[in-house]
Amino acid sequence: MNTTGDYQTKATLETFGFLPKLTAEEVQKQIAYIIANGWSPAIEHEHPSNSMDHYWTMWKLPFFGETNMGNVLSELEDCRRSYPDHHIRLIGYDAYTQSQGSCFVVYEG
Amino acid sequence: MSSKAYEAGVKEYRDKYWTPDYVPLDTDLLACFKVTGQPGVPREEVAAAVAAESSTGTWSTVWSELLTDLEFYKGRAYRIEDVPGDSESFYTFIAYPIDLFEEGSVVNVLTSLVGNVFGFKALKHLRLEDIRFPIAYIKTCGGPPAGIQVERDRLSKYGRPMLGATIKPKLGLSAKNYGRAVYECLRGGLDLTKDDENVNSQPFMRWRDRFEFVAEAIDKAERETGERKGHYLNVTASTPEEMYKRAEFAKEVGCPIIMHDFLTGGFTANTGLANWCRDNGMLLHIHRAMHAVIDRHPKHGIHFRVLAKCLRLSGGDHLHTGTVVGKLEGDRNSTLGFVDQLRESFVPEDRSRGVFFDQDWGSLPGVFAVASGGIHVWHMPALVTIFGDDSVLQFGGGTQGHPWGNAAGAAANRVALEACVKARNEGRTLEAESNDIMTQAAKNSPELAIAMETWKEIKFEFETVDKLDV
Repeated sequence: MNTTGDYQTKATLETFGFLPKLTAEEVQKQIAYIIANGWSPAIEHEHPSNSMDHYWTMWKLPFFGETNMGNVLSELEDCRRSYPDHHIRLIGYDAYTQSQGSCFVVYEG
Repeated sequence: MSSKAYEAGVKEYRDKYWTPDYVPLDTDLLACFKVTGQPGVPREEVAAAVAAESSTGTWSTVWSELLTDLEFYKGRAYRIEDVPGDSESFYTFIAYPIDLFEEGSVVNVLTSLVGNVFGFKALKHLRLEDIRFPIAYIKTCGGPPAGIQVERDRLSKYGRPMLGATIKPKLGLSAKNYGRAVYECLRGGLDLTKDDENVNSQPFMRWRDRFEFVAEAIDKAERETGERKGHYLNVTASTPEEMYKRAEFAKEVGCPIIMHDFLTGGFTANTGLANWCRDNGMLLHIHRAMHAVIDRHPKHGIHFRVLAKCLRLSGGDHLHTGTVVGKLEGDRNSTLGFVDQLRESFVPEDRSRGVFFDQDWGSLPGVFAVASGGIHVWHMPALVTIFGDDSVLQFGGGTQGHPWGNAAGAAANRVALEACVKARNEGRTLEAESNDIMTQAAKNSPELAIAMETWKEIKFEFETVDKLDV
């Protein structure tokens, strides 16, 4: 069967949704980017059925002042163990623009 | 003042309007004009004439001048500078007291500054290069209905430029087929699609039918992709009443964003529509048809940085800025200069970018820069570098010209965009490493691979007509 040219719609969950899932090493580089910009790393999770909501549940408070990439990575792992069927996203809160300088789904539930 | 006597007659402008010792006030509105006078007229006289004709003066002394305090109200030419590499023209800097202008009205500012003076016989050419709006004046303007930060929150788009496309062919599709083209682009990975500026409400597709089918396309694409989507419904119309009628219906069908052409529609219409958008929670995309008529000649007209500043004051959440790399004219440094004016809260004077004044924007929200016109996947590394995250990159032909159609074309652009953003965040240099980044990304995306093959030879390399004076 030739499916060339048959583009199937994908559920893609915004930024980086069109790339292969980032490896642990690649996620670490994005955490480094967040920290280098002076943003606060944060983790949120939500059941896939509610993924369109603006608000997902926070995994603890944002990690204000955190400069250790390994700590953020292990928090991501802890969150995933606690909510294995949830989407989990990593955020970089930018206090200057009052926005999120970075936000992407690391694990899909 | 009571000591003055009335003397009828014609005086030299420079007696009153050339004031080289004047120190501009923080509340003054400052303007820089590039002036090309008729041969033989002294620079000071020409500069003073521009100041006079764009403020309180007229060609003859009139008795009623003595009923007011012209020293308080007059514009003043306070500086003259050479234009680098151009012996025929010079820059003049003029200070206008803030009370010459109605609050919150770029219409009033432009009517004075680029009014009759542009037809003045003593001038061969005249170009308004820049305006410094005092913060006191900026505080009287509504500005963008939402701004960059609010739009990102409403649409949940973070950490990257947004991706768009103008629906093609730009004229002639039925409403239902048009909605199909929108749906295909959005399901494939674009965030936003756009009515072409020429699309208003023609016989082949009346506005109401278009709005309904597009709304359905957005809704379906959102449900299927799990992402937020939008389409700029163009409400530019022949009358304000008609424009508001269409805007109300766009809101009723649930579209998050509408569109207006600010120069052909006019600043009055634009400011009114921006206010309506702010009151109704709608985003406003601004197209700039007619701008090149006004801004492209290097010696006459209004530089686009002035039009961009005026738009930020009048109100809009997106503004087209050119692409630098695509099919339409745009010098890189000059473009960076006015993109800053749209997005930053303070922009310092920088002649290398054509910025003649420090500009404090205070708390006025920022405007997304829109890069659109003859761009395709190969341009992505340069576009992400030039425009950064707070932009909308719009690939019309570069999406819908994909051999497999709109959805695959959209996916190709989205993959390329995200690969560039990821690489940039990792500290890589996009323009130098573009081949490698794009080739790697294409390994996981047949849609991108074929797009790269389709457009690999397409470049638009022409000399810029309107270069910066350096």
